Amino acid sequence: MPLLAVVALAAGTYAFRLAGPVLRHRLRLPGRLRHLLSVAATVLLIALVATSALTEGHGFAGWARPAGVLVAGILTLRKAPFPLIVVLAAATTAVLRLLGVP
Amino acid sequence: MHSLWRTLDRGTLRDIALVCLADAMVGAAFGAISVSGGLPPWVPVVMSLVVFAGGAQFAAVGVVLSGGAPIAAVAAGLVLNARLLPFGFAIGDVLGGRWWTRLTGAHLMTDEAVAFVLRDGDPHRRHAAFWACGLGLFVSWNAAVVLGALAGRGIGDTGALGLDAAFPAVLLALVLPSLAEGNVRNPALLGAVVAVAATPFLPAGLPVLLALTGLVLAIRAPAPLPDREVR
Repeated sequence: MPLLAVVALAAGTYAFRLAGPVLRHRLRLPGRLRHLLSVAATVLLIALVATSALTEGHGFAGWARPAGVLVAGILTLRKAPFPLIVVLAAATTAVLRLLGVP
Repeated sequence: MHSLWRTLDRGTLRDIALVCLADAMVGAAFGAISVSGGLPPWVPVVMSLVVFAGGAQFAAVGVVLSGGAPIAAVAAGLVLNARLLPFGFAIGDVLGGRWWTRLTGAHLMTDEAVAFVLRDGDPHRRHAAFWACGLGLFVSWNAAVVLGALAGRGIGDTGALGLDAAFPAVLLALVLPSLAEGNVRNPALLGAVVAVAATPFLPAGLPVLLALTGLVLAIRAPAPLPDREVR
């Protein structure tokens, strides 16, 4: 992978990151749109959870990973401490794989 | 910056430390996978420093290692990172007003940092959580990538440890409480369904962006707290 490709990816990524913090002061977004943007951030994060839990490449990720993430969801609703949530999610997936679940 | 640690409670600092630890393990795997795939060690190390976006880094290296062109690797990474644009507009206020805090803070914007910011309504704690998570992740991620690149083939099987479940689990634990509001929940659920349904047919990254179609449900519903600006 040539250095130029790494630099191009870095520059594009930084532009995406910087546009919001710099432009949001100049554009004076109306309150309605600002509310919509904060909902949009949550929508994107939940979509990221769903796709990274359920899919690998263009197909299904297998049952072990979504099962682990489901455990995380249930523990979160039961207000379990954060470290426990993350560790038990990974452990669930690891144990299922150990048992032969893909 | 000295007030950063006093603003955050122990629980939040502990949660951030745990996210750093989980991401460090993924970072070590990224370094190891890149090097054992045949890339020189400087590629994962430099890429982590200047791109600093795990998903895009895995995507770009994956394209190259499977024989794809560098331009395809750049495109895959950029499509994945396009979500950072709306993130910046949503939480850009936490970077502070000075030009240099915006320039450095922008580089530290990750899914995890955004999720920590969204978890809190208080401006001071949002600000502190962003910087603590951003700086912590930057240090731990890059250090781990170096270690992974040096270790090479020694590590790499994160699947057996269930670490691939850790990333969605972390995000879910951070974001799920904000779904209590129907105004947020319905667009998020619709968006998630759209993204998963589109995954078989679209290049990586685009399905997540397509989730924004879920916002039609937020546009129709009235805002819970109408904060209109005086013009």
